[in-house]
Amino acid sequence: MRNGEIVTAGVLALFSIYLMWKSTELPVGYIPDRGPGGGAWPFWLSAIMLICCGITAFNWWRRTTPPSQSDEPFLDGYGWRMVGLVGGGVIVFVALIQIISMYGAIAVFLLYYLRGLGRHSWKLSLTTAITTPLAFFFFFEGAMRITMPTGLPFTDPVFDVLYEIIY
Amino acid sequence: MEVLSLLANGMWLALQPLNLMLILIGVSIGLFIGAMPGLGSVNGVAILLPITFLVPPSGAIIFLAAIYYGAMYGGAISSVTLGIPGASTAVATTFDGRPLARQGRASLALVTAALASFVGGTVANVFFTAFAPLLADVALSFGPPEIFALMLLAFATFVGLGGDDIPKTIFSICFGLVLGAIGFDQISGAPRLVLFDIMGFLQGIGFLVLAIGVYGIGEMLWTIEQSRGEVESTTPKMTARGMAKDTAEATRRGWKGTTIGSVLGFFVGILPAAGATPASLMSYGVAKMVSRVPGEFGKGNPDGVAAPEAANNSASTGSMLPMLTLGIPGSPTTAILLGGMVIWGLVPGPLLFVQEPDFVWGLIGSFYISNLAAVLINLAFIPVFIWMLRMPFTILAPMIFVLSIAGGYAATRDMFDIWLIVIFGLGAFVLRRFDYPLAPAVLAIVLGPIAEPTLRQSLLLSSGDPSIFFTRPVAGPITVVALILLALPAVKLLRRGRGKVATEKS
Repeated sequence: MRNGEIVTAGVLALFSIYLMWKSTELPVGYIPDRGPGGGAWPFWLSAIMLICCGITAFNWWRRTTPPSQSDEPFLDGYGWRMVGLVGGGVIVFVALIQIISMYGAIAVFLLYYLRGLGRHSWKLSLTTAITTPLAFFFFFEGAMRITMPTGLPFTDPVFDVLYEIIY
Repeated sequence: MEVLSLLANGMWLALQPLNLMLILIGVSIGLFIGAMPGLGSVNGVAILLPITFLVPPSGAIIFLAAIYYGAMYGGAISSVTLGIPGASTAVATTFDGRPLARQGRASLALVTAALASFVGGTVANVFFTAFAPLLADVALSFGPPEIFALMLLAFATFVGLGGDDIPKTIFSICFGLVLGAIGFDQISGAPRLVLFDIMGFLQGIGFLVLAIGVYGIGEMLWTIEQSRGEVESTTPKMTARGMAKDTAEATRRGWKGTTIGSVLGFFVGILPAAGATPASLMSYGVAKMVSRVPGEFGKGNPDGVAAPEAANNSASTGSMLPMLTLGIPGSPTTAILLGGMVIWGLVPGPLLFVQEPDFVWGLIGSFYISNLAAVLINLAFIPVFIWMLRMPFTILAPMIFVLSIAGGYAATRDMFDIWLIVIFGLGAFVLRRFDYPLAPAVLAIVLGPIAEPTLRQSLLLSSGDPSIFFTRPVAGPITVVALILLALPAVKLLRRGRGKVATEKS
């Protein structure tokens, strides 16, 4: 945790400097009769962020905050595995949306999570993975009239049938 | 008298079939969300806000407020039966609720919590009805300096009263404000902070994107990573006769805590950005302090359950007061409600009372109905909620991820925002590991687009002289209080330093 604390503060400090630099694309000073320039607000806020990162680094050096005193790792083996499997699953879920549609991606994600991570029965996993996207479809497209991404053209025959039902 | 007639009209609106149905569904969802460890009102409101576009704005806010109410009641269920607070607002409830459950008196703890919550909610509703129109009247005369001073006070409260790492809290506030500034400069119309020249940033970052990322994805990852141990559950025996007996005992042994929590909770709740968690902790502390038997606290004293439970309900209503009357949220949940109101095309603040009286009074009326619905549903269905608590997290978690992503898309209709939700979620998980509080960032992204123009207009009015925030009769005292709150941590630090030096010398 101790190393992670200073690395995080360093990355956030760099990001703050980037934001300050980016803010200067608009005036950051006071313009007579027009008030503060458009870049002033984010520039000074980013400057405060940078100062806060500096104080965090100082506290790290003095070992006054819990993470700066901790010798524990950022995540243990279990933590890395869980976050990797769950976080990675969410990333793949979102990546699949534009390929196999929102509903297809929901079905794949639920099956992966329930059967793969949760070790639930095939019956429960398949039932949930099929009924949930269908319920979402009728809620979003049928009731709320919100069109979700339908993915690549190969999904069209399925959506033709479903749209036939609601329209 | 006019207030009473407006309130009667509001209650009548809240009792319309659609609104009543939304209250009952909202309260039930809230009870479930509040009871589930790892989920709180803020998660529920952030994840479910996108699906409220199906109903009119008045129904949508009534639904979300009912979730807020229900979650305050629900938090006690897991605090008592599992010993794990369902939400941060119910942390103090575990102190005495869990010992009572271990003594075989879980039923008494749950009945005390429900009754105290009901009384806390009712007292707060009465205070709200009395104060809201007065405050809105006063706030009508506010100009940009007063509004900016109030914003400053909201952020200062986080810094001065929050128990978190101060530089990290300030970082979080500024980060949220900068995120809110991305897109276009509101005054000149020029593109601003188009990060890494990615055109998707031109449309800005909606508060919902950050809120769903933090509370839908980040908190879920956090809960999954943290909840690895087996949990010991206590199933209470709830019978009608037993509950009647418990009601009498709860009234006798919990009235003092209920009174303290109800009053203190409301006033802590109305402090901008304070919310129900500090209110419940403070009420527990005060109840223990004034008790004749402080030694019994922590061992199963009904007053120790009643005080935080009355306070968190009272504070949740209290935190709506600055949101509705001043346009400044009193808690992270109300910050999301405020953002929702903006999406629904409403302008939060005092003008709402003049321009949209049906909306405002319908909401206030719904507070009373939700409070009553929550206590009845809570007491009648406690066994059902306890049964639901046994639902494996491996079923609930993927549902929340799916709802966050699908709900996020429904609200923004943009895949770029969905990727941002994922990035914010992963980032929130990492930052939380290092004790960066994230609620201030969510509050800031909502308030940023209001705070910046008011600051710029104020400085334009004064030709760049910042003393305008000190010389005006209303803005002045608010700014001074905000500065005192901001300076509070530094004073504490100096005192601690001096104390250390004195100890070393002696």
